[in-house]
Amino acid sequence: MTRSRTPVVAGWFTGEGDGFRLLGTRCSACASVFFPREDAFCRNPGCPGGELCEVPLSRRGRVWSYTDGRYRPPSPYVTDPELPWVPYALIAVELAAERLVVLGQAVPGVSVADLAVGMEVEVVPGVLNEDAETTWTTWHWRPTGVGA
Amino acid sequence: MTGEVAVLGAGMHPWGKWGRSFVEYGAVAARAALADAGVDWRDIDSIVGADTVRGGYPGYVAGATFAKALGWQGARVTSVYAACASGAQAVGAARAQILAGLADVVLVVGADSAPKGFFRPAGGDRADDPDWLRFRILGATNPTYFGLYARRRMAVHGDTPEDFARVKVKNSALGALNPYARYRKRVSAEEVAASAVVADPLRLLDICATSDGGAALVLASIEFARRHGVAEPVRIRAVSTVTPRYPATVLDLPDIATDSAVAVAPPDETFRASIARAAYEEAGVGPEDLSLAEVYDLSTALELQWYEDLGLCGEGEAAKLLRDGVTALGGRIPVNVSGGLASFGEAVPAQAIAQVCELVRQLRGEATDRQVEGARVGISANQGLFGHGSAVIAVR
Ligand SMILES: [Zn+2]
Repeated sequence: MTRSRTPVVAGWFTGEGDGFRLLGTRCSACASVFFPREDAFCRNPGCPGGELCEVPLSRRGRVWSYTDGRYRPPSPYVTDPELPWVPYALIAVELAAERLVVLGQAVPGVSVADLAVGMEVEVVPGVLNEDAETTWTTWHWRPTGVGA
Repeated sequence: MTGEVAVLGAGMHPWGKWGRSFVEYGAVAARAALADAGVDWRDIDSIVGADTVRGGYPGYVAGATFAKALGWQGARVTSVYAACASGAQAVGAARAQILAGLADVVLVVGADSAPKGFFRPAGGDRADDPDWLRFRILGATNPTYFGLYARRRMAVHGDTPEDFARVKVKNSALGALNPYARYRKRVSAEEVAASAVVADPLRLLDICATSDGGAALVLASIEFARRHGVAEPVRIRAVSTVTPRYPATVLDLPDIATDSAVAVAPPDETFRASIARAAYEEAGVGPEDLSLAEVYDLSTALELQWYEDLGLCGEGEAAKLLRDGVTALGGRIPVNVSGGLASFGEAVPAQAIAQVCELVRQLRGEATDRQVEGARVGISANQGLFGHGSAVIAVR
């Protein structure tokens, strides 16, 4: 049986390969950008309130900071307790055009030893976990110096 | 100036992992505070409880739960929740009632029974809750954020893991002197360096544990204190409970992203700095007036960040301040002479109240071998999840 590929959160990202993008929203009145997306109200306190339209975020940004998780996180993070825990890196990335910082997991195989503050990274599609019916997809950050 | 309230009593249940109900810790702390104040519980006009969030209803709705445990006597009741800032909000609520003339003497109580391991969100699928999503999508625990801040300081300010360890060495030496602290053993820099990495670059001994504990205060109007025979009480002069300003540009627990600064320029100061500034403005004092500070050292690196946010030094100068011994007992501005969260572990709704208990002891000159000589002005500061500022300034 093939698993269906389902985003872990609906509407936060779209596309495949080089076309993969995080999705935010932009206020038509004040041009503020929101990620995670705001669909009901603009959160700029000086804004009269505009229409919030979906907008893809920049594909590339620079590392604001990074860390990793050496211990298994608690649920609702999904892991197999039968398997040994493999740490992964987490990267906070500054997007210059949107002037915001987005946190995400690094692609598998990239550890904190491979990272530096200021390094360029790009967003790529990734897999968070799989269960019997579903492959849950997410976004990952990958240093642009690393091949696919 | 808003006006001052008197601190008549302070009491605590020792921090630890006792495995009993938070109600018991709160009741023990409350009785200790009442005894310290020399006030009968039946004469308390109002009780304010800081909520824990475990066990079904938030803290079994803390204010009334503590009132019942102490014996129903009809007092006005208030319960507040503001994550780590709950205790300061409880102090703020009590102060407002006193200054508004709604109550003369108020009991403030916070207590917690800590869960095992990482803090985690409540159960269920909640895709609209950022605290649930950061665990589900990223596996981002609280130490994840502490690790990000620490690495950022290393990159921007040149802090080192040795600087972070020095915070633990300082705080553990002070905690060893505090009978209410959970960890009462001095820790060496070598022991910090030998402990396991939890969230790079931070190690187990850089990160505070979660603890059981309880803390309470008896607050009163200045007139009540005088009638009660206390002419020169410790007074609370400021309670800062501010929220951030848009756009918040420091990635904050439990968020997955910051606000965007593309349409609105970010404020001149960070949220944490604004928490302290609001307290200073309300109290009419500045960082140069402080005798001591109790700050929320969820991690060693975060204590250094608070030095800068409180204005004890310029941006990027915190590690030097620590290395020069300025924040040690006997230094110009001792920080966390209680031993800090490094020695206590965090008992969320009790912690901000415990910070004030330490200020009270110090300002009364009752802190024995960890006494700050001639303490006159103290500040406590912390930041609660979801945008809750918290700082209290007490004077003598
Ligand atoms: Zn807007």
